[in-house]
Amino acid sequence: MKITELTAVTLGKKIKAKEITVAEAVSAVLEQIEAVEGDVHAYVTRKDKEKVLKKAEEIQAKIDAGELDGPLAGVPVAVKDNMCTEGVLTTCSSKILSNFKPTYTAEAVKNLEKAGAVIIGKTNMDEFAMGSTTETSAYGVTRNPWNLEHVPGGSSGGSCAAVAAGECLFALGSDTGGSIRQPSSFCGVTGLKPTYGTVSRYGLIAYGSSLDQIGPVAKDVTDCATILEAIASYDKKDSTSVKREDYDFTSALVDDVKGMRIGIPRDYFGEGLDPEVKEAILAAAKVLEEKGAIVEEFDLSLVEYAIPAYYVIACAEASSNLARFDGVKYGYRAKDYEGLHNMYKKTRSEGFGAEVKRRIMLGSFVLSSGYYDAYYLKALRTKALIKKTFDKAFDKYDVILGPAAPNTAPKIGDSLSDPLKMYLGDIYTISVNLAGLPGMSVPCGRDAKGLPIGLQLIGDCFKEKNIIRAAYAYEQTRKYEAPKLAKTAEGEAK
Amino acid sequence: MANVISDETMEYVGILAKLELSKEEQKAARKDMERMLDYIDKLNELDTAGVEPMSHIFPVYNVFREDVVTNGDDRDNMLKNAPAEKDGTYKVPRTVE
Amino acid sequence: MSKQYETVIGLEVHVELATKTKIFCACSTAFGGAPNTHTCPVCTGMPGSLPVLNKQVVEYALAVGLATNCQIHQYCKFDRKNYFYPDNPQNYQISQLYLPICHDGGVEIETAGGKKIIGIHEIHMEEDAGKLVHDEWEDCSLVDYNRSGVPLIEIVSEPDMRSAEEVIAYLEKLRQIIQYLGASDCKLQEGSMRADVNLSVHEVGAEKFGTRTEMKNLNSFKAIAHAIEGERERQIELIEAGRKVIQETRRWDDNKESSFTMRSKEDAQDYRYFPDPDLTPVVISDEWIAEVKARQPELRSEKLERYKKEFDIPDYDAQIITNSKHMADLFEAATAICKKPKKVSNWLMGETLRLLKENNMDPEDLSFAPENLAKLVDLADAGTVNSSVAKKVFEQIFKENVDPEAYIEEHGLKTVNDEGALKATIEQIVSENPQSVADYKGGKKKAIGFLVGQTMKAMKGKADPASVNKILKEILDQE
Repeated sequence: MKITELTAVTLGKKIKAKEITVAEAVSAVLEQIEAVEGDVHAYVTRKDKEKVLKKAEEIQAKIDAGELDGPLAGVPVAVKDNMCTEGVLTTCSSKILSNFKPTYTAEAVKNLEKAGAVIIGKTNMDEFAMGSTTETSAYGVTRNPWNLEHVPGGSSGGSCAAVAAGECLFALGSDTGGSIRQPSSFCGVTGLKPTYGTVSRYGLIAYGSSLDQIGPVAKDVTDCATILEAIASYDKKDSTSVKREDYDFTSALVDDVKGMRIGIPRDYFGEGLDPEVKEAILAAAKVLEEKGAIVEEFDLSLVEYAIPAYYVIACAEASSNLARFDGVKYGYRAKDYEGLHNMYKKTRSEGFGAEVKRRIMLGSFVLSSGYYDAYYLKALRTKALIKKTFDKAFDKYDVILGPAAPNTAPKIGDSLSDPLKMYLGDIYTISVNLAGLPGMSVPCGRDAKGLPIGLQLIGDCFKEKNIIRAAYAYEQTRKYEAPKLAKTAEGEAK
Repeated sequence: MANVISDETMEYVGILAKLELSKEEQKAARKDMERMLDYIDKLNELDTAGVEPMSHIFPVYNVFREDVVTNGDDRDNMLKNAPAEKDGTYKVPRTVE
Repeated sequence: MSKQYETVIGLEVHVELATKTKIFCACSTAFGGAPNTHTCPVCTGMPGSLPVLNKQVVEYALAVGLATNCQIHQYCKFDRKNYFYPDNPQNYQISQLYLPICHDGGVEIETAGGKKIIGIHEIHMEEDAGKLVHDEWEDCSLVDYNRSGVPLIEIVSEPDMRSAEEVIAYLEKLRQIIQYLGASDCKLQEGSMRADVNLSVHEVGAEKFGTRTEMKNLNSFKAIAHAIEGERERQIELIEAGRKVIQETRRWDDNKESSFTMRSKEDAQDYRYFPDPDLTPVVISDEWIAEVKARQPELRSEKLERYKKEFDIPDYDAQIITNSKHMADLFEAATAICKKPKKVSNWLMGETLRLLKENNMDPEDLSFAPENLAKLVDLADAGTVNSSVAKKVFEQIFKENVDPEAYIEEHGLKTVNDEGALKATIEQIVSENPQSVADYKGGKKKAIGFLVGQTMKAMKGKADPASVNKILKEILDQE
């Protein structure tokens, strides 16, 4: 097996056992990037090869000295480009940050560095995480490694495609309305969005502050639990960070779901769901049932209100969060302008792409004088009701099971023409963010075109362990599948 | 009921958001916004009377910092990102006439 | 017959709190650093940075609210006020709109018209903006974010004031309370206290208030008084000319002594407030309120009574000294050293007030050390210097904060107590001024004054005038 086909935890073990050096691991990844990046285009910024290899040596020395002995020590990782990395370009896939080098590193990334992971580069995304296809990036589309004519999903499309294509061993993504789970589903990888407040948002360039969470993208459940354990922390720099009672997510990696109560919302299986997706999800539920889980259908309700509430809240917050991009302190400034306000307008109009502008306009409108109550407060009230329906559901169930997306990855170019339709694709993921819940996408098959399907498992707040356990148990019944890329690097793992 | 957004409203929102859309962009943005608002109006089907607006999911409160200076001077490093600077300041078009 | 108008004034007073760090980051609030040297990713609005609330800000806001008889919102939140301006790095200001920390309070003021309560609508916490300097050489402005994120409280009054006199009395009252609490130094000139004036006029007897305007950029009591007078006249002129007062924000230009509109097409004044998702609510328990109350320092009225009792100084003196917390602190510190409260008080009431007036300064601007005043009191008391020399020395203390001992030594100002030397000088003067001696002996007793003056001059002021007088009389009466 090639190094790039290993899981992060397996590679970490082999490095610790001195079967593979960190430099070999890094080189294997860099070779794979050389081979496939032209097709996939998962990265916005790749760190300088020499620098990465030097870092690999430093980490190797620390491992050899026994200073680093965590499961991710020496493992190459890619980071979504909305997480600040000191001295390394951080663009949010936007022209407006085309030259921005932060003076600080996001807390989650710092935690990874502490764990000894080697950062390879920054992955492509929908501009400012606004989109579901990674097509709104100012730096070109990322292609789905399973079929280069299809999108990888979004907004963490670069991270998910990079993991699927072996261009890193694992990656960090961020999830505001499904941006980890949906592209994980489209790329056939495993992604986890933790409970709000579990991973620090310090250094994550905000889209919708009350919804954003950083999470892992990897090949399997073991990796995800291990990575989450490394990046989750209570951070005094993030006021919304939560001091949790448990951080030992890997303790839930147990192949046992006997007696686990799993609810399937009937509302998730109505109109708009691809029959092939439906079949795969129900088959996965069956597997868990056969393993001893108590699976039943129930009515979640309010599902159709999550998307409109989400777009009001996320766009309102975004309109304010993105106001700071104005050509004054950092980033792009328009070349020609007359006076201050014209500088602002030109900078922002030239610097932001269409989807970002669309959401800023909508967000500014719903907050503007006379509309605040009707839109923003209404959405916050809806959010409260949605949270309540989940609370009720979790009185009865340990895990809610459903699809991560209504269909498999669409073709490049098919989605952007109709934004509303694209928004509707987030129907199963968005309410999870509104209610602050943890959610996970696990591969559960492929459609007739060979495109991956993702199973979504949703847990109650702070109950990541429930979904990790269910996902792990399910995963034991199938093998990880990697896409067969036309061009790929040579080399076998020792 | 279908939402109709006037040109004036689009222009007003443009002033608030500091965005200047071309005629065509504006037309498209207006259509998108009308459609989105029609869709958002779906929320009106819900009876939310008596429901408290929920900003934060968790009842976390009183997150404080002690009043101790720990930040140093990182000006020169930060100013490297400035599109225009002068004498340790951020340079902008004149703000008053 | 010309119509009678009533002026209605409400104030929005911004006070910079005396915290060591900014409201949402651990940058220093110290004045006078080189541009942008007290900044970090948070107070320059760098992407990904997040605010964390300084607890001391809440404590100060709470203390001011309690001292101004406010109700406390025991569940309060921060909101974002969205508007674009380069001094506002995030292009939103974190403030409080929906649930400000304090509300519905008031303070009592006293003017020639008597006592009156001025209502306080609310007090909220917010962050200050950076500083914009307009470049002299280039057509551009320069932004310094050192002040960005410095904590402010905004005290919003009810429209309860009717004259500039009441406005000044209200501001002085607020300043006194806040200074006593130690929550701010409240220096108008340095901008640590700023007032926006909301003003409208209406005909006496009218049922409704007129349309108000808001005036900004008022940085002295004088400017406030002038702005109120100017705006009142401007509005009356508009009304009498049959035109309408437009609700708008106007900027006061202290040099031109007139205000001008700040409105432009780009200022929609639609701030799109919404709760800041990056900050959690502040919950203020009964215990916390009790703690802040218990920690409340001695306020002015208590201090006034104590001074009269403990130091036995007249009510009038105590009033003036305690009117400024800074002066009261000086008084107590100097008294603690020299143990002569009445003499310290005399220096403050006399020379200090005179010099403040002469130099157009506030008591807050006093910068000398109490040790130096105490030393001077002792030196004068011991007769080391005479009273006119002491006044000269005090001027130096006032201006340069000199050590009086060293100064007197250095300038040779000690009173000459050598009776032999004094006598010799006096005899010399007497022999040089036979006419005056004759006048004195002829019954013009006032002529002695001239001789004393001549002696003092010859002694370069370093003699004790009483001794001179005594010796002179002895000599003249002998002859």
